[in-house]
Amino acid sequence: MCGAPDQAVALPPGTDLTKETVLTGRVVAGGTPVGGAYVRLLDGTGEFTAEVVSSEAGQFRFFAAPGTWTVRALSRAGTGQAELKAEGPGIHRAEIAVA
Amino acid sequence: MSRQDVLVTADWAEKNLGTDGIVFLEVDEDTTAYDGGHIPGAVKINWTTELQDPVRRDIIDSEQFGKLLSEKGVSNDDTVVLYGGNNNWFAAYAYWQFKLYGHEKVKLLDGGRKKWELDGRALTTDVPERPTTTYKAKEPDLSIRAFRDEVVDAIGKKNLVDVRSPDEFSGKILAPAHLPQEQSQRPGHVPTAINIPWSKAANEDGTFKSDEELAKLYADEGYDADKPTIAYCRIGERSSHTWVVLHELLGYRDVKNYDGSWTEYGSLVGVPIELGAPAKKGS
Repeated sequence: MCGAPDQAVALPPGTDLTKETVLTGRVVAGGTPVGGAYVRLLDGTGEFTAEVVSSEAGQFRFFAAPGTWTVRALSRAGTGQAELKAEGPGIHRAEIAVA
Repeated sequence: MSRQDVLVTADWAEKNLGTDGIVFLEVDEDTTAYDGGHIPGAVKINWTTELQDPVRRDIIDSEQFGKLLSEKGVSNDDTVVLYGGNNNWFAAYAYWQFKLYGHEKVKLLDGGRKKWELDGRALTTDVPERPTTTYKAKEPDLSIRAFRDEVVDAIGKKNLVDVRSPDEFSGKILAPAHLPQEQSQRPGHVPTAINIPWSKAANEDGTFKSDEELAKLYADEGYDADKPTIAYCRIGERSSHTWVVLHELLGYRDVKNYDGSWTEYGSLVGVPIELGAPAKKGS
Protein backbone atom coordinates (compact mmCIF):
# COMPACT_ATOMS: atom_id res chain seq x y z
CA MET A 1 0.00 0.00 0.00
CA CYS A 2 2.68 2.43 1.03
CA GLY A 3 4.08 4.31 -1.94
CA ALA A 4 1.33 3.19 -4.31
CA PRO A 5 -0.57 6.12 -5.77
CA ASP A 6 -3.92 6.51 -4.02
CA GLN A 7 -6.44 7.29 -6.74
CA ALA A 8 -8.97 8.25 -4.10
CA VAL A 9 -7.08 11.35 -2.97
CA ALA A 10 -8.76 14.12 -4.93
CA LEU A 11 -6.56 17.19 -5.21
CA PRO A 12 -7.44 20.54 -6.77
CA PRO A 13 -6.20 20.85 -10.35
CA GLY A 14 -2.68 22.21 -10.50
CA THR A 15 -1.68 21.09 -7.01
CA ASP A 16 2.12 20.92 -7.08
CA LEU A 17 3.15 17.98 -4.90
CA THR A 18 6.79 19.02 -5.05
CA LYS A 19 5.72 22.12 -3.06
CA GLU A 20 2.51 21.26 -1.19
CA THR A 21 2.57 19.05 1.89
CA VAL A 22 -0.72 17.16 1.76
CA LEU A 23 -1.94 15.25 4.81
CA THR A 24 -4.72 12.83 4.00
CA GLY A 25 -6.38 9.63 5.17
CA ARG A 26 -9.56 7.99 6.32
CA VAL A 27 -11.77 7.95 9.41
CA VAL A 28 -12.92 4.43 10.25
CA ALA A 29 -15.04 2.77 12.94
CA GLY A 30 -14.45 -0.97 13.17
CA GLY A 31 -13.00 -0.92 9.66
CA THR A 32 -16.02 0.88 8.15
CA PRO A 33 -15.45 4.40 6.71
CA VAL A 34 -17.09 7.22 8.68
CA GLY A 35 -18.43 10.06 6.52
CA GLY A 36 -19.40 13.42 8.01
CA ALA A 37 -16.79 13.23 10.78
CA TYR A 38 -15.21 16.49 11.92
CA VAL A 39 -11.47 16.08 11.46
CA ARG A 40 -9.17 18.64 13.05
CA LEU A 41 -5.49 19.15 12.40
CA LEU A 42 -3.40 19.97 15.48
CA ASP A 43 0.20 21.15 15.20
CA GLY A 44 3.21 19.78 17.10
CA THR A 45 2.21 21.74 20.22
CA GLY A 46 -1.38 20.49 20.11
CA GLU A 47 -2.64 23.83 18.75
CA PHE A 48 -5.70 23.73 16.48
CA THR A 49 -4.76 24.44 12.87
CA ALA A 50 -7.72 23.51 10.70
CA GLU A 51 -10.85 21.41 10.49
CA VAL A 52 -12.57 19.59 7.63
CA VAL A 53 -15.52 17.22 7.30
CA SER A 54 -14.73 13.69 6.04
CA SER A 55 -16.25 12.61 2.72
CA GLU A 56 -18.75 9.76 2.39
CA ALA A 57 -15.76 7.42 1.99
CA GLY A 58 -14.38 8.76 5.29
CA GLN A 59 -11.60 10.73 3.62
CA PHE A 60 -10.04 13.97 4.77
CA ARG A 61 -7.30 16.21 3.38
CA PHE A 62 -5.18 19.10 4.63
CA PHE A 63 -2.56 21.32 3.05
CA ALA A 64 0.09 21.83 5.70
CA ALA A 65 3.85 22.06 6.01
CA PRO A 66 6.54 19.55 6.94
CA GLY A 67 6.42 18.69 10.65
CA THR A 68 4.67 16.53 13.20
CA TRP A 69 0.89 16.73 13.24
CA THR A 70 -2.06 15.16 15.03
CA VAL A 71 -5.31 14.48 13.20
CA ARG A 72 -8.31 14.13 15.50
CA ALA A 73 -11.82 13.10 14.51
CA LEU A 74 -15.19 13.76 16.19
CA SER A 75 -18.18 11.85 14.91
CA ARG A 76 -21.44 10.32 16.02
CA ALA A 77 -19.53 7.00 16.02
CA GLY A 78 -17.01 8.33 18.54
CA THR A 79 -13.69 10.14 18.66
CA GLY A 80 -10.13 9.13 17.86
CA GLN A 81 -6.80 10.52 16.74
CA ALA A 82 -3.58 9.65 14.93
CA GLU A 83 -0.08 11.10 14.54
CA LEU A 84 1.41 12.10 11.22
CA LYS A 85 5.03 12.92 10.44
CA ALA A 86 5.59 14.83 7.22
CA GLU A 87 9.28 15.07 6.44
CA GLY A 88 8.77 17.01 3.23
CA PRO A 89 6.28 17.94 0.50
CA GLY A 90 4.07 15.26 -1.05
CA ILE A 91 1.20 13.12 0.19
CA HIS A 92 1.27 11.79 3.75
CA ARG A 93 -1.39 9.41 5.03
CA ALA A 94 -2.97 8.40 8.30
CA GLU A 95 -5.99 6.39 9.35
CA ILE A 96 -8.06 7.54 12.33
CA ALA A 97 -9.97 4.85 14.19
CA VAL A 98 -12.91 6.26 16.15
CA ALA A 99 -14.68 4.46 18.96
CA MET B 1 -24.98 42.69 25.07
CA SER B 2 -24.93 39.41 26.85
CA ARG B 3 -24.76 35.78 25.83
CA GLN B 4 -28.57 35.41 25.74
CA ASP B 5 -28.85 38.32 23.31
CA VAL B 6 -26.28 36.84 20.96
CA LEU B 7 -26.51 33.06 21.03
CA VAL B 8 -29.27 30.50 20.83
CA THR B 9 -28.81 26.86 21.78
CA ALA B 10 -29.57 23.93 19.49
CA ASP B 11 -32.48 23.00 21.81
CA TRP B 12 -33.96 26.49 21.48
CA ALA B 13 -33.51 26.38 17.72
CA GLU B 14 -35.20 23.00 17.42
CA LYS B 15 -38.21 24.27 19.39
CA ASN B 16 -38.46 27.38 17.24
CA LEU B 17 -38.27 25.86 13.76
CA GLY B 18 -41.19 27.21 11.75
CA THR B 19 -42.02 29.96 14.24
CA ASP B 20 -43.31 33.11 12.55
CA GLY B 21 -40.85 35.96 12.71
CA ILE B 22 -37.82 33.68 13.15
CA VAL B 23 -35.71 32.98 10.07
CA PHE B 24 -32.84 30.50 10.01
CA LEU B 25 -30.07 31.33 7.55
CA GLU B 26 -27.21 28.97 6.74
CA VAL B 27 -23.87 30.44 5.66
CA ASP B 28 -21.05 27.98 5.02
CA GLU B 29 -17.47 28.09 3.91
CA ASP B 30 -18.34 25.04 1.82
CA THR B 31 -21.13 26.66 -0.19
CA THR B 32 -22.53 23.24 -1.18
CA ALA B 33 -23.07 22.02 2.41
CA TYR B 34 -26.64 23.37 2.51
CA ASP B 35 -27.63 21.42 -0.59
CA GLY B 36 -26.73 18.11 1.04
CA GLY B 37 -28.96 18.77 4.05
CA HIS B 38 -29.79 21.73 6.29
CA ILE B 39 -31.91 22.69 9.27
CA PRO B 40 -35.59 22.42 8.26
CA GLY B 41 -36.86 25.77 7.03
CA ALA B 42 -33.40 27.34 6.76
CA VAL B 43 -32.54 29.57 3.81
CA LYS B 44 -29.10 29.47 2.16
CA ILE B 45 -26.79 32.42 1.78
CA ASN B 46 -23.72 31.94 -0.40
CA TRP B 47 -20.97 34.09 1.11
CA THR B 48 -18.83 34.13 -2.05
CA THR B 49 -21.53 35.29 -4.44
CA GLU B 50 -24.06 37.00 -2.16
CA LEU B 51 -22.18 38.67 0.71
CA GLN B 52 -19.38 40.06 -1.46
CA ASP B 53 -19.56 42.50 -4.35
CA PRO B 54 -19.35 40.55 -7.62
CA VAL B 55 -16.80 42.95 -9.14
CA ARG B 56 -14.95 45.10 -6.60
CA ARG B 57 -13.08 43.52 -3.69
CA ASP B 58 -15.52 44.54 -0.97
CA ILE B 59 -18.47 43.31 0.99
CA ILE B 60 -21.89 44.20 -0.44
CA ASP B 61 -23.11 47.74 0.27
CA SER B 62 -26.31 48.61 2.14
CA GLU B 63 -28.40 48.71 -1.02
CA GLN B 64 -27.16 45.27 -2.10
CA PHE B 65 -27.70 43.98 1.45
CA GLY B 66 -31.31 45.22 1.38
CA LYS B 67 -31.89 43.63 -2.02
CA LEU B 68 -30.41 40.32 -0.86
CA LEU B 69 -32.57 40.09 2.26
CA SER B 70 -35.68 41.14 0.33
CA GLU B 71 -35.06 38.28 -2.11
CA LYS B 72 -34.46 35.85 0.76
CA GLY B 73 -37.78 36.85 2.32
CA VAL B 74 -36.32 38.42 5.46
CA SER B 75 -38.05 41.44 7.05
CA ASN B 76 -36.42 44.17 9.11
CA ASP B 77 -38.21 43.02 12.25
CA ASP B 78 -37.53 39.29 11.83
CA THR B 79 -35.27 37.49 14.30
CA VAL B 80 -32.49 36.09 12.15
CA VAL B 81 -30.65 32.99 13.43
CA LEU B 82 -27.40 32.38 11.56
CA TYR B 83 -25.53 29.10 11.54
CA GLY B 84 -22.96 27.33 9.43
CA GLY B 85 -20.17 24.83 9.25
CA ASN B 86 -16.55 25.23 10.25
CA ASN B 87 -17.42 26.39 13.77
CA ASN B 88 -19.67 29.19 12.47
CA TRP B 89 -16.81 31.10 10.78
CA PHE B 90 -18.93 32.35 7.91
CA ALA B 91 -22.09 32.56 9.99
CA ALA B 92 -20.12 34.92 12.27
CA TYR B 93 -18.99 36.85 9.19
CA ALA B 94 -22.64 37.20 8.14
CA TYR B 95 -23.60 38.13 11.72
CA TRP B 96 -21.05 40.97 11.60
CA GLN B 97 -22.54 42.17 8.29
CA PHE B 98 -26.07 42.07 9.76
CA LYS B 99 -24.80 44.24 12.63
CA LEU B 100 -22.94 46.50 10.20
CA TYR B 101 -26.19 47.16 8.31
CA GLY B 102 -28.21 47.68 11.48
CA HIS B 103 -30.32 44.53 11.69
CA GLU B 104 -31.56 44.52 15.27
CA LYS B 105 -32.54 40.96 16.03
CA VAL B 106 -29.75 38.67 14.88
CA LYS B 107 -28.38 35.64 16.70
CA LEU B 108 -25.92 32.84 16.17
CA LEU B 109 -26.76 29.18 16.70
CA ASP B 110 -24.13 28.14 19.24
CA GLY B 111 -22.09 25.27 17.80
CA GLY B 112 -23.52 25.77 14.30
CA ARG B 113 -23.88 22.85 11.95
CA LYS B 114 -21.29 20.77 13.74
CA LYS B 115 -23.13 20.54 17.06
CA TRP B 116 -26.44 20.09 15.25
CA GLU B 117 -25.01 17.13 13.30
CA LEU B 118 -23.12 15.60 16.22
CA ASP B 119 -26.35 15.77 18.26
CA GLY B 120 -28.06 13.84 15.47
CA ARG B 121 -30.75 16.46 14.91
CA ALA B 122 -32.93 16.54 11.79
CA LEU B 123 -31.65 17.81 8.45
CA THR B 124 -33.62 18.16 5.24
CA THR B 125 -32.94 18.83 1.56
CA ASP B 126 -36.31 20.64 1.14
CA VAL B 127 -35.75 24.25 0.13
CA PRO B 128 -38.31 26.62 1.68
CA GLU B 129 -40.07 29.25 -0.36
CA ARG B 130 -40.42 32.59 1.32
CA PRO B 131 -42.30 35.50 -0.23
CA THR B 132 -40.05 38.44 -1.06
CA THR B 133 -40.03 41.39 1.30
CA THR B 134 -39.01 45.03 1.11
CA TYR B 135 -35.97 45.09 3.36
CA LYS B 136 -34.31 48.44 4.07
CA ALA B 137 -30.72 48.24 5.27
CA LYS B 138 -29.21 51.07 7.30
CA GLU B 139 -25.99 52.85 6.39
CA PRO B 140 -22.95 50.83 7.53
CA ASP B 141 -21.91 51.23 11.16
CA LEU B 142 -18.22 51.88 10.58
CA SER B 143 -17.50 51.72 14.30
CA ILE B 144 -17.21 47.95 13.82
CA ARG B 145 -15.29 47.85 10.53
CA ALA B 146 -11.58 48.69 10.16
CA PHE B 147 -9.79 49.70 6.97
CA ARG B 148 -6.11 49.30 6.12
CA ASP B 149 -4.87 52.75 7.12
CA GLU B 150 -6.40 52.35 10.57
CA VAL B 151 -4.50 49.11 10.96
CA VAL B 152 -1.17 50.75 10.14
CA ASP B 153 -2.01 53.61 12.53
CA ALA B 154 -2.90 51.13 15.26
CA ILE B 155 0.59 49.56 15.38
CA GLY B 156 1.90 49.92 18.90
CA LYS B 157 -1.27 51.76 20.02
CA LYS B 158 -4.34 49.52 19.87
CA ASN B 159 -4.88 45.83 20.50
CA LEU B 160 -4.16 44.18 17.17
CA VAL B 161 -5.48 40.65 17.50
CA ASP B 162 -4.28 38.23 14.85
CA VAL B 163 -6.63 35.27 15.12
CA ARG B 164 -4.94 33.02 12.55
CA SER B 165 -3.11 29.83 13.52
CA PRO B 166 0.41 30.19 14.99
CA ASP B 167 1.98 28.97 11.72
CA GLU B 168 0.15 31.62 9.70
CA PHE B 169 1.10 34.27 12.27
CA SER B 170 4.79 33.35 12.19
CA GLY B 171 4.82 33.26 8.40
CA LYS B 172 5.39 29.51 8.03
CA ILE B 173 2.18 29.08 6.01
CA LEU B 174 -0.07 31.55 4.18
CA ALA B 175 -3.54 30.06 4.51
CA PRO B 176 -5.39 27.78 6.88
CA ALA B 177 -4.22 24.20 6.42
CA HIS B 178 -7.34 22.94 4.68
CA LEU B 179 -6.63 25.27 1.75
CA PRO B 180 -3.87 25.29 -0.88
CA GLN B 181 -0.91 27.43 0.12
CA GLU B 182 -0.19 29.24 -3.18
CA GLN B 183 -0.78 32.92 -2.37
CA SER B 184 0.61 36.15 -3.72
CA GLN B 185 1.01 38.13 -0.51
CA ARG B 186 3.96 38.22 1.86
CA PRO B 187 3.80 35.99 4.95
CA GLY B 188 3.94 37.32 8.52
CA HIS B 189 1.84 39.55 10.77
CA VAL B 190 1.24 43.22 11.64
CA PRO B 191 3.97 44.36 14.07
CA THR B 192 2.81 44.45 17.72
CA ALA B 193 -0.13 42.12 16.96
CA ILE B 194 -0.87 39.45 19.54
CA ASN B 195 -1.70 35.97 18.29
CA ILE B 196 -4.87 34.55 19.83
CA PRO B 197 -6.17 31.96 17.39
CA TRP B 198 -9.97 32.07 16.99
CA SER B 199 -10.04 28.35 17.82
CA LYS B 200 -9.07 29.01 21.43
CA ALA B 201 -12.46 30.70 21.88
CA ALA B 202 -14.38 27.60 20.81
CA ASN B 203 -15.00 24.20 22.33
CA GLU B 204 -14.40 21.10 20.26
CA ASP B 205 -18.11 20.85 19.39
CA GLY B 206 -18.03 24.39 17.94
CA THR B 207 -19.82 26.14 20.83
CA PHE B 208 -18.26 29.25 22.36
CA LYS B 209 -16.39 28.86 25.63
CA SER B 210 -17.90 30.43 28.77
CA ASP B 211 -17.57 34.18 29.35
CA GLU B 212 -15.18 33.51 32.25
CA GLU B 213 -12.94 31.29 30.13
CA LEU B 214 -12.99 33.83 27.30
CA ALA B 215 -12.13 36.83 29.49
CA LYS B 216 -9.24 34.87 31.01
CA LEU B 217 -8.00 33.68 27.61
CA TYR B 218 -7.58 37.21 26.24
CA ALA B 219 -6.21 38.68 29.47
CA ASP B 220 -3.60 35.91 29.69
CA GLU B 221 -2.42 36.65 26.16
CA GLY B 222 -1.81 40.33 26.87
CA TYR B 223 -5.12 41.76 25.63
CA ASP B 224 -5.78 45.18 27.19
CA ALA B 225 -9.55 45.54 27.63
CA ASP B 226 -9.17 49.32 28.09
CA LYS B 227 -7.75 49.86 24.60
CA PRO B 228 -9.54 49.89 21.23
CA THR B 229 -9.13 46.70 19.22
CA ILE B 230 -8.78 45.59 15.62
CA ALA B 231 -9.11 41.88 14.87
CA TYR B 232 -7.92 40.35 11.62
CA CYS B 233 -7.25 36.98 10.00
CA ARG B 234 -6.77 36.08 6.32
CA ILE B 235 -10.05 37.20 4.71
CA GLY B 236 -12.08 38.47 7.67
CA GLU B 237 -14.23 35.48 8.56
CA ARG B 238 -12.29 33.97 11.47
CA SER B 239 -11.80 37.49 12.83
CA SER B 240 -15.59 37.91 12.70
CA HIS B 241 -15.75 34.93 15.06
CA THR B 242 -13.37 36.72 17.44
CA TRP B 243 -15.23 40.01 16.91
CA VAL B 244 -18.38 38.25 18.14
CA VAL B 245 -16.48 37.09 21.23
CA LEU B 246 -14.92 40.45 22.11
CA HIS B 247 -17.69 42.86 21.11
CA GLU B 248 -20.84 40.79 21.53
CA LEU B 249 -20.14 38.21 24.24
CA LEU B 250 -17.61 40.04 26.41
CA GLY B 251 -19.05 43.47 25.60
CA TYR B 252 -15.72 45.24 25.02
CA ARG B 253 -16.14 48.62 23.37
CA ASP B 254 -14.51 49.85 20.19
CA VAL B 255 -13.74 46.49 18.64
CA LYS B 256 -13.45 46.46 14.85
CA ASN B 257 -13.16 43.67 12.34
CA TYR B 258 -10.57 44.28 9.61
CA ASP B 259 -12.16 42.27 6.81
CA GLY B 260 -9.41 43.18 4.34
CA SER B 261 -7.21 41.16 6.67
CA TRP B 262 -3.95 39.49 5.64
CA THR B 263 -4.84 39.10 1.96
CA GLU B 264 -4.93 42.90 1.80
CA TYR B 265 -2.29 43.83 4.37
CA GLY B 266 0.23 41.26 3.10
CA SER B 267 -0.10 42.72 -0.41
CA LEU B 268 0.36 46.40 0.51
CA VAL B 269 3.54 48.10 -0.68
CA GLY B 270 5.72 49.55 2.05
CA VAL B 271 3.84 48.59 5.22
CA PRO B 272 5.78 47.05 8.11
CA ILE B 273 5.59 43.28 8.51
CA GLU B 274 6.99 41.15 11.30
CA LEU B 275 7.98 37.49 10.98
CA GLY B 276 8.36 34.78 13.57
CA ALA B 277 6.53 33.41 16.58
CA PRO B 278 5.07 35.76 19.21
CA ALA B 279 7.40 36.89 21.99
CA LYS B 280 7.11 34.68 25.07
CA LYS B 281 4.95 36.22 27.75
CA GLY B 282 6.89 37.98 30.46
CA SER B 283 9.96 38.55 28.26
